[in-house]
Amino acid sequence: MTEILKTVGLSRYFGAVTAAEDINVTITEGEIVGVIGANGAGKTTFINMVTGYLPPSSGTIEFGGKPIKGLGPRKLMRKGLTRSFQIPQLFLELPVIDNLAIALAAADHQQFQMIRPVHTKDRLEAAEEILAQMNIAQYRNEMVTAMPQGARKLLDIAIAMLGSPRMLLLDEPTSGVSVEEKYTLMDTVMEAVRQRGLTVLFVEHDMEIVQRYVTRVLAFASGIVIKDGPVDEVLADEKVQELVTGKPKTAKTEGGA
Amino acid sequence: MILEKSEISLIGAAVAIALASLVVPNWLVFTATLAISTALVVMGVVMLMRAGLVSFGQGLFYCLGGYAVGLGGRYLGITDALLLIVLGVAVTVGVAMILGLLVTRYREIFFAMLSLAFSMILYGLLVKSHGLGSTDGFGVVDWTILGFSPGSGESSSRTALLLALGLALGIALFLNRYFRSSLGLACEAIRENEVRVEYMGVSRKQVLYINYVIAAAVGSIGGSMTALAAGHVDPTMAYWTISGEFVFIAILGGTGHVAAPFIAALIFTLVRTYAIELAPNAWQMILGIVLLLIILFLPKGIWSLFTRKKGVAS
Repeated sequence: MTEILKTVGLSRYFGAVTAAEDINVTITEGEIVGVIGANGAGKTTFINMVTGYLPPSSGTIEFGGKPIKGLGPRKLMRKGLTRSFQIPQLFLELPVIDNLAIALAAADHQQFQMIRPVHTKDRLEAAEEILAQMNIAQYRNEMVTAMPQGARKLLDIAIAMLGSPRMLLLDEPTSGVSVEEKYTLMDTVMEAVRQRGLTVLFVEHDMEIVQRYVTRVLAFASGIVIKDGPVDEVLADEKVQELVTGKPKTAKTEGGA
Repeated sequence: MILEKSEISLIGAAVAIALASLVVPNWLVFTATLAISTALVVMGVVMLMRAGLVSFGQGLFYCLGGYAVGLGGRYLGITDALLLIVLGVAVTVGVAMILGLLVTRYREIFFAMLSLAFSMILYGLLVKSHGLGSTDGFGVVDWTILGFSPGSGESSSRTALLLALGLALGIALFLNRYFRSSLGLACEAIRENEVRVEYMGVSRKQVLYINYVIAAAVGSIGGSMTALAAGHVDPTMAYWTISGEFVFIAILGGTGHVAAPFIAALIFTLVRTYAIELAPNAWQMILGIVLLLIILFLPKGIWSLFTRKKGVAS
């Protein structure tokens, strides 16, 4: 399997505070990897460093075998590394179709594309296609402000998937989404991911989601990776249970005091 | 190129104004020319506002356009109006390309104040330039257009109006397409969410820079037309209150359509003309009340009256 993302000794300090330290991770093409950890464990710092949002204090990052440390989000996106956000980053006062049309135009590397009309037939067709695939076609002409949180998350992820990325980093895709909606949302996202053959790294607090959708887990605590391995192995690890997921309830405690 | 409905309406409006200029009094022709010229500068302000930037220094480019016309006629012997306007655009684009490198790195109040500062620097320089008439400015030489002399009086006013109208129509048609181009919509996207724009692979610096330079060029044409119509330029063109007026008109019209600045500029010019006539000591208060009412009842400007009507109809 080909390595797609590799970090060596990746660290980030904010003064005396260690947000992430000595993170050594290798992800191969096609993997679906979950990132878990308590609040402040360093998950989002890790994602932010990999996607160029936050410069690392030390360490190296390679994407597709090439160093990417120091590159900004724009250049990383063009290399095929993209992301969605915990709080969807959308154009709130623009219609949903325009949000997608802008993303499609941005992904279009033809000469003079910036001075061409944004709403071309091809782009509108592509936008309709992804709206249907993400089950948000009913919001086509609505302003983003009129969308519920789950639909906004899907639009944010849809935008991230435009432009033929190779790897997608999802920051808490189900946060703020109702219990009833979360599996539908994840099924939709994972189906779209499978169709595009993307490698996915996603931060998640919901262990049910982690168990159901990922094959490998990186467990973070106090800025370091405390366990990296298959999902069942990591979730069964005592240290992970102690610092991240909490001890599973025994039959006695389930029965009450 | 297939014209859209709104573009046909713009052409229709321009033809109607051109025909009306044959029958309306000369003062109204002159007022309309100034309103159109002002609207062009306001269009530049609107371009920046669509990208989330408010400029209190668009008078800089207005003044550069005006002074280029004056100086081109006086020192270079150019009398052709179109050549003088091109000269103004060239000078303005050159200045905007340099200033844009700095000012487009800033947002909100910092952008507003920085743009104001550069405008006031030009004002200060012109006030101190006694060779250019200091605070009095100087007269623009008699101009021609493609070898034709517009003469003086009513004939000159009408020619100036037709020239302003032709330029305004061309710019409005261009900007109507620009606003719906990838670049134009990227400006709106930057206003809404810069982080997402960057993660889409778009350079916000590049987009804002290009938009800033185009807005300056459009503002320069407004300044050149004012100089040609009024036959005079002075440093107040770069003064901050003039830039404030452009922002005032932009808010009055709204940013919803290219026609909005033209309607707003015409209303502003007429309200000001009549307010000065009726209440010479309180006209600023009348303008203030008009702006207050617009902000309260039409927060998206006068143009929202048209879009609201459309929304109700559908």
